Amino acid sequence: MAYLLAGISAGGQYALIAIGYTMVYGILRLINFAHADVFMVAGLLMVYLTTSVPYYIAIPLVILITVLVAFTIEKCAYSPLREAPRMSVMISAIGVSYLLQNVALYVTGGQPQVYPQMEFFSRTVTIFGATTKMVTVITPLLVAVLVVALVFLINKTKIGMAMRASSVDFNTARLMGIRINSVISFTFIIGAVLAAIGSMLYFNNYPSVIPTSGSMPGLKAFVSAVVGGIGSIPGAVVGAFIIGICENLLKMLGLTPFSDAFTFALLIVILCVKPSGIFGEKKIDKV
Amino acid sequence: MSKKILTVKDLYIAYGGIEAVKGISFDVCEGEVVTLIGSNGAGKSTTLKAISGLVKPKSGSIVMGEDKSLTGLSTDAIVAQGISLVPEGRRVFPNLTVKENLKIGAYLRHDNLDEDFKYVYSLFPRLEERNWQLAGTLSGGEQQMLAVGRALMSRPKIIMMDEPSLGLAPLVVKDIFGIIEEIRKNGVTVLLNEQNANMALKVADRGFVMETGSITMTGTGAELLANEKIREAYLGKSKTN
Ligand SMILES: Nc1ncnc2c1ncn2[C@@H]1O[C@H](COP(=O)(O)OP(=O)(O)OP(=O)(O)O)[C@@H](O)[C@H]1O
Ligand SMILES: [Mg+2]
Repeated sequence: MAYLLAGISAGGQYALIAIGYTMVYGILRLINFAHADVFMVAGLLMVYLTTSVPYYIAIPLVILITVLVAFTIEKCAYSPLREAPRMSVMISAIGVSYLLQNVALYVTGGQPQVYPQMEFFSRTVTIFGATTKMVTVITPLLVAVLVVALVFLINKTKIGMAMRASSVDFNTARLMGIRINSVISFTFIIGAVLAAIGSMLYFNNYPSVIPTSGSMPGLKAFVSAVVGGIGSIPGAVVGAFIIGICENLLKMLGLTPFSDAFTFALLIVILCVKPSGIFGEKKIDKV
Repeated sequence: MSKKILTVKDLYIAYGGIEAVKGISFDVCEGEVVTLIGSNGAGKSTTLKAISGLVKPKSGSIVMGEDKSLTGLSTDAIVAQGISLVPEGRRVFPNLTVKENLKIGAYLRHDNLDEDFKYVYSLFPRLEERNWQLAGTLSGGEQQMLAVGRALMSRPKIIMMDEPSLGLAPLVVKDIFGIIEEIRKNGVTVLLNEQNANMALKVADRGFVMETGSITMTGTGAELLANEKIREAYLGKSKTN
């Protein structure tokens, strides 16, 4: 039971990162390699901010600054390449990823930064006879609320409609009066908010943040997005829960060393059997 | 002649190094139906895209009304000026419902859309029946109706249509041209690209013939319809006919 709970919780954290990958892919057909590092930056921000301000200020501030970082990355590194071949944007994303890691290395001086443990999150609770941390219980609930809010935003609001339209056809969306650049910025902002929230949940289970801390969860979230069908939000969420739960069940079976390998094996299987993922779009590529 | 609503002057447009439009000039008056006809690759679509701001002209000017320059404006700003384009190949949003496609046509508006929905549904009753259907599952003709309806939702002063009759059954083509008359009656200026020169020249007040990037002939719809060269080249009729 404890493992299942841990799996659901890990899945929820992957889901929050995976949504950022999948939404950006949905609109730009870009795999935003820097996303995992934005997640790491959110972690570091929390470390530094909590040394000077209380949690109730630090939390919104982390979200805000993470959004600014993601917004700036899009404006400086992706937006100027809008008409360039997709490969160029992808390379730019890899560059940004290393840039963020190296800035983090410089700022932290290579020392692991101890992540602040929020007392409320770390509190132990007993649920269904299993003893676990509060964060494990809160994560799936929070993820559910956020995903419902997001689905509402995309399906029921004007900006959501603009996002759906832009994801299939930039030029025709422009003809409706939609400002594509605003829609893209907005997509990055949502991804950053979710990644920042995800980082607060994720790092609570880990003692410290280092410049490459984003890599593993980022990679798993990316695999989740691919398994679920990249471009699809429900796909990313389902993929993330599958991976989170399977990993933890393998740990329960004493196969901890294989849990990461499993994730990537699953990726390969999915790519061979159903490349478009569980909820993937049938269409091969954007025209 | 009544007031000019759109004036295009010495417009050059190039894709890479290749000039697709080579210095064309024409104008459109308020309330007119004007058609650009010409064979494949003549530069008709390119011209409409330039007016909408989707492609940037190399040189030349596009002016709305007296002195509102459109060159250099972004597409959303041009839409806000009251120019909407029904793009070539319909391009409805397949993942949106019929109703959402219409709603998104009014993206820049913040007022009530009830009247506009009523108007579009009165022009195209089929669309009302299919309100909740995804636009991607509509037939070609229905998609064309939707594309026209969507463009009307912004309450344009000028509606540009790029080959609205392409690939449609003759009966549906007739419907579409009927709708163009209807739209004009409502005071909207129409700029129409057509391969179907016969139909286009019948509804148009004036026409411009484009060939490989240049305008080679102008006249009223009736004049061009009667012109021997046009009859041969675009209407598929021989001299003796
Ligand atoms: N994106 C583009 N890149 C390069 N060349 C282009 C592009 N779009 C159009 N062209 C070229 O510009 C010329 C004019 O094209 P345009 O689409 O304006 O023709 P058209 O008159 O609309 O033809 P049709 O009746 O076939 O639609 C063509 O030679 C075409 O190959
Ligand atoms: Mg064309």
